[in-house]
Amino acid sequence: MTEQNNAGQSRPDSATDGRNHPGLTTDQLKQAYYDMLLIRRFEEKAGQLYGMGLIGGFCHLYIGQEAVVVGLQMAQKDGDKVITSYRDHGQMLAAGMDPRGVMAELTGRATGLSHGKGGSMHMFSREKNFYGGHGIVGAQVALGIGLAFANKYRGTDEVSITYFGEGASNQGQVYESFNLAALHKLPCVFVIENNRYGMGTSVERASASKALWKNGEPWGIPGKQVDGMDVEAVNAAAKEAIAHCREGKGPYLLEMSTYRYRGHSMSDPAKYRQRSEVDEIRQKHDPIDHVRNLLKAAGVEDTDFKEMETKVKEIVADATEFAKTSPEPDPSELFTDVLVGE
Amino acid sequence: MAIDILMPALSPTMTEGKLAKWNKKEGDTVSSGEVIAEIETDKATMEVEAVDEGVLGKILIPEGTEGVAVNTPIAILVEEGEAVPEGPSAGSGEARPAAEEAPKAAAPTAVASPVATTTSEPEKDWGETSEITVREALRDAMAAEMRRDEDVFLLGEEVAQYQGAYKVSQGLLDEFGEKRVIDMPITEHGFTGMATGAAMTGLKPIVEFMTMNFSLQAIDHIINSAAKTHYMSGGQISCPMVFRGPNGAAARVGAQHSQCFASWYAHVPGLKVVAPWSAADAKGLLRAAIRDPNPVIVLENEILYGQKFPCPVDEDFILPIGKAKIERPGKDVTIVAFSISVGTAMAAAELLAEKGIDAEVINLRTIRPLDTATIVESVKKTSRLVTVEEGWPFAGIGAEIAMQVIEHAFDWLDAPPVRVAGLDVPMPFAANLEKLALPQPDWVVDAVSKIV
Ligand SMILES: Cc1ncc(C[n+]2csc(CCOP(=O)(O)OP(=O)(O)O)c2C)c(N)n1
Ligand SMILES: [Mg+2]
Repeated sequence: MTEQNNAGQSRPDSATDGRNHPGLTTDQLKQAYYDMLLIRRFEEKAGQLYGMGLIGGFCHLYIGQEAVVVGLQMAQKDGDKVITSYRDHGQMLAAGMDPRGVMAELTGRATGLSHGKGGSMHMFSREKNFYGGHGIVGAQVALGIGLAFANKYRGTDEVSITYFGEGASNQGQVYESFNLAALHKLPCVFVIENNRYGMGTSVERASASKALWKNGEPWGIPGKQVDGMDVEAVNAAAKEAIAHCREGKGPYLLEMSTYRYRGHSMSDPAKYRQRSEVDEIRQKHDPIDHVRNLLKAAGVEDTDFKEMETKVKEIVADATEFAKTSPEPDPSELFTDVLVGE
Repeated sequence: MAIDILMPALSPTMTEGKLAKWNKKEGDTVSSGEVIAEIETDKATMEVEAVDEGVLGKILIPEGTEGVAVNTPIAILVEEGEAVPEGPSAGSGEARPAAEEAPKAAAPTAVASPVATTTSEPEKDWGETSEITVREALRDAMAAEMRRDEDVFLLGEEVAQYQGAYKVSQGLLDEFGEKRVIDMPITEHGFTGMATGAAMTGLKPIVEFMTMNFSLQAIDHIINSAAKTHYMSGGQISCPMVFRGPNGAAARVGAQHSQCFASWYAHVPGLKVVAPWSAADAKGLLRAAIRDPNPVIVLENEILYGQKFPCPVDEDFILPIGKAKIERPGKDVTIVAFSISVGTAMAAAELLAEKGIDAEVINLRTIRPLDTATIVESVKKTSRLVTVEEGWPFAGIGAEIAMQVIEHAFDWLDAPPVRVAGLDVPMPFAANLEKLALPQPDWVVDAVSKIV
């Protein structure tokens, strides 16, 4: 689901739609729409399974933020490495990890991507270059520059895409990482997913910095604020940032302005924001509706949307069935994989 | 087909809640993702979103109803034009919780302890030795492994141009260049995370902490990132890396620069912990640590750096992790020690010999996995156990060793085990007080005298 079809024809309006970034072709937009829809429907289903007691513990949904990961993924190439926090289902699906394996990990089954030992917050894929899935806020940032360090050490032109929340951006190790990445010119795209809240604390109440995209300035890290609800804007910024890293110019910082529709995890008192705020964004700035409107204007038919919707539904239903019927891990798995080779 | 919408749980412990509000009424069309109702518990509120699309055929639980049990059908969703059934459709596929669905696996029976399963075969004879310092042994180990494997590199504060804060990495920059011997700013949390991320891709970093005290800045990455990733990834991602540096009491540096982390790190599944005493230990264990595919903590000791010991000259010399060494065979009491305390135990054994007591001294070499077999075998012979360490006594390594012996050789013991440890205080600065806080050979002699 990560391939893009560059042969697709450009929408007639893509250069002249008044937006100050190059647009995607209609085929690319369709791909983006499909990828975002898969994440949305997958997450809605995960929320439902949680409500039924099939998923336990923490479960952080990505609903509302889909354009960020999809726009970035479309700018990446094979071999680029991705790392993120516990809010990781979107990243995994965008990376092309098997929805069955992801859902089965959410339900803690043997067929899950971590064989039921990681859970919602901890999944990895060496094959898809996805390095987790980390539950300690900010830890993935230092780990992420390590992925970039490895790329540089091996002399490849691959980059590390390191995602973290605006809440995480207050952690000390983020600034240690900015310094190290700039000092060693590490090919790392730092992506702050500013969804305005870290649990119940708004960014205004947590960060004295009012422009997170400038937070790398003391280290000379170029930054950009991006409309994270607009997949084309995300994609354009990602291309620029990734090119900068690939050329060996060091790290780049993107602040994605986005929004989380759901609670932080599943149980969330939701007393820290007004319902009207959520509704307003859902109705006026939904990243999926936005692409749908662009596609409609470009002449994409209702039947095409229906087809994509049906396909996504089937994938999610299939993943759900798989996640519900797979066996729990065997007790003998309790002691495996603690150490390599033992 | 009609679909039941069920009362969702806000958390795994929620059993019932209040259906606070219906956002839709009967006959309304519903699209997936739309909020159709709100529920409440004493802790939180949550929105119920439709997963499937259709028409809200019938509301089964009116708004304001308290005490609605989780998984109760609260409404029925039908397709456009479909007749609305009277009650919930029996056996709607979504209704059963996980516990009933998944084949339940039987509970595991045995509790595994982090102990090595080695049999006590005699140590390999490596032949000719030469006298070198522990410092040189550590450097030689790193150099040998870096020659052997391009993926091995060293990073830390002052490791390159300065040649190591304690001169352990002397000459490495010259031989391997700045790509592989990398000076770091004073940023333990950041560079340890960076090294761990690099290790996740298969590189093999050696992280030098100027002293292990500063590893506390980075302990989150050591434990939460390095030690647990293999497990959390179901065996997909590992961290083949070494964290090393001087540990334990140094001389006259006060409380923040003088403490032992053996017990801290040995507590953690997913880590291995070694603590060399002699130059041979240092060289053999560090080489093994670098080659090991797991994260390994190497607890060195600043006071030992300058001490000379015979060390095998064989180019292939390496020691197994998880295997203790009997430094001095004896029959009357087993003294177990690691790192600098092995020296204390050896000195005590000499004093005991003068009194006619024949002590066996075990140098643990590895703390995790612990070579319980060697300890237990020795105690079965001597029937007495004394442990020696510089760290604090409470929940220290001595406590663990004593417990292992109680579990595995209780019937052989003729006296309660005794632990000799650093005193339960932050390290004082004054020379006399510092000396009083650290185990001395006579403490060991006294401990042995109590039980022999
Ligand atoms: C070091 C640490 N402190 C606290 C927490 C608890 N915690 C989990 S998520 C979270 C909020 C993080 O917010 P943000 O970085 O904005 O990410 P978002 O959840 O919005 O994606 C907190 C405080 C944690 N997991 N780790
Ligand atoms: Mg946030």
